[in-house]
Amino acid sequence: MSDIALTRPVPVTTEPPLIRYLLIGVALAFVALFLFAPLVTVFVEALRQGWAGSLDALRLPDAQAAILMTLTIAAIAVPINAVFGIAAAWAITKFDSRGKAVLITLIDLPFSVSPVVAGLMLVLLFGAHSTLGGWLIANDMPIVFAFPGILLATLFVTFPFVAREIIPVMIEQGRAEEEAALTLGASGWRTFFTVTLPNIRWALLYGVLLCNARAMGEFGAVAVISGKIRGVTATMPTMVEMFYNEYLSVAAFTLAAVLAMLALLTLLLKSLLEWRHADLLAATRRH
Amino acid sequence: MRASILRSPSPLPGFGLSFGIMMTILSIVVLLPIGALLGRGLMIGPADLWDMVNSRRILTALTLSFRAALIASLFNLVFGLLLAWVLVRYRFWGRRFIDAAVDLPFALPTAVAGIALTALYAPNGVFGQALAPLGLQVAYTEVGIWTALVFIGLPFVVRTVQPVIEELEADLEEVSATLGARRIHTLRRVILPTLTPALLTGFALALARSVGEYGSVIFIAGNIPNLTEIAPLLIVIRLEEYNYDAAAAIGIAMLVISFAMLLAINAIQVWSRRRIGNV
Repeated sequence: MSDIALTRPVPVTTEPPLIRYLLIGVALAFVALFLFAPLVTVFVEALRQGWAGSLDALRLPDAQAAILMTLTIAAIAVPINAVFGIAAAWAITKFDSRGKAVLITLIDLPFSVSPVVAGLMLVLLFGAHSTLGGWLIANDMPIVFAFPGILLATLFVTFPFVAREIIPVMIEQGRAEEEAALTLGASGWRTFFTVTLPNIRWALLYGVLLCNARAMGEFGAVAVISGKIRGVTATMPTMVEMFYNEYLSVAAFTLAAVLAMLALLTLLLKSLLEWRHADLLAATRRH
Repeated sequence: MRASILRSPSPLPGFGLSFGIMMTILSIVVLLPIGALLGRGLMIGPADLWDMVNSRRILTALTLSFRAALIASLFNLVFGLLLAWVLVRYRFWGRRFIDAAVDLPFALPTAVAGIALTALYAPNGVFGQALAPLGLQVAYTEVGIWTALVFIGLPFVVRTVQPVIEELEADLEEVSATLGARRIHTLRRVILPTLTPALLTGFALALARSVGEYGSVIFIAGNIPNLTEIAPLLIVIRLEEYNYDAAAAIGIAMLVISFAMLLAINAIQVWSRRRIGNV
């Protein structure tokens, strides 16, 4: 019986080493094929004519107008989204109002609507053929094929981002701290800025990051509503499509590479938040 | 005040202001546009709506969008579970890097993913050339659409299942082993049932996203009518022809599919909360 004591204990809560290495191998191959290969391709294709070719592409007036348009849209859409997210989270979590579940479902709704359908809705609402659209155009405030339309489309597709990061955190933190602050004589705004905001700041930043990435990268909804007019309503992603369809491959992939670098930066900041401030993010973000 | 009808008393201020801001933005950005689409549908009338959707080209496009999304999401269900398991349970070099990279499809604009996948799988691309001798063509076929949707849907299953695997208690597995179950039985009979609700939720989320996906698909699909033309593209084509009624009809059909899936996701969550919550 002594040989039993000599064998090493077999771990029962994991798989045999061979299976483990096999599974890790399959997972790595899957990630390499489906994630890394497309990402690398963007940069390889962008640099097909060297750095000079890529820099020339970025100097094209259409490319620069598109970059400016995308930055402007994000600079306006993201703060509106953040204000909405904070207001919605406050109204939903700090009070026991009826119909909370309905509100949360409505806020999440844009995630399950196709971006193209989102664009279609805005065209139907504000297009020249509609009553509202006709009136707006007559008063020189066109929305479709113009800046406000792109903004509305961006707001629609990014709608839930900030709210769904803050709401779980605010539910978890409860109301006791705010109630204490008010009891001690702080005003409503002071309570918000000195108690609530510090508690939700990392979750807010997390939501803003995701919102910004989507705002700069949205394609379907913006393509439908903007009419993709060069130098006027074209954004970076729609300009990528136009360059690509005109066989200006280097220009298309250079703009795409700029967007990809932005995506990588987003991932980096997001991971830093997950590692450093996991306890102040929504529970599903802690890994 | 009207606000007081909606809520029970709370000592905290700011209900009117925050509720007002929320409802204003919600109405302008989400409710009014959805109302415009549904209103258009009512004006057209159900019979004419059905007549418009009931054409071979539109039904083929809707079926294609749904079928491709289903296939890609099933693929992601299997590989997403595998990836989540490997990321949580095993330690290997570069694990955190891979973990962070899983969210790439959320961060990378869809049009960028679309042209990159097309460049890879086109007949003169790296993967396209490698697959050609095997008689496989990916770009400009339905397989290309699957590939793009696998990319788009990849994070959903991983990110819903991962937290549940992290929360698994080791003692359940130990008890199972002590009672004489082999590892494969423990995985199948103890762990898999616990993960099922999260797996289904992730699958449904990936499916909902894939059905309406446009940007990443249109480049690689080839967009041949009745063959590789997806439903969202058909809406874009109708809009470019200023045929708003036809575009609205397809849009409503897609919205119905989206709502059905949203209901399914909610039902799954209620079911899983009932099943897991009582443990």
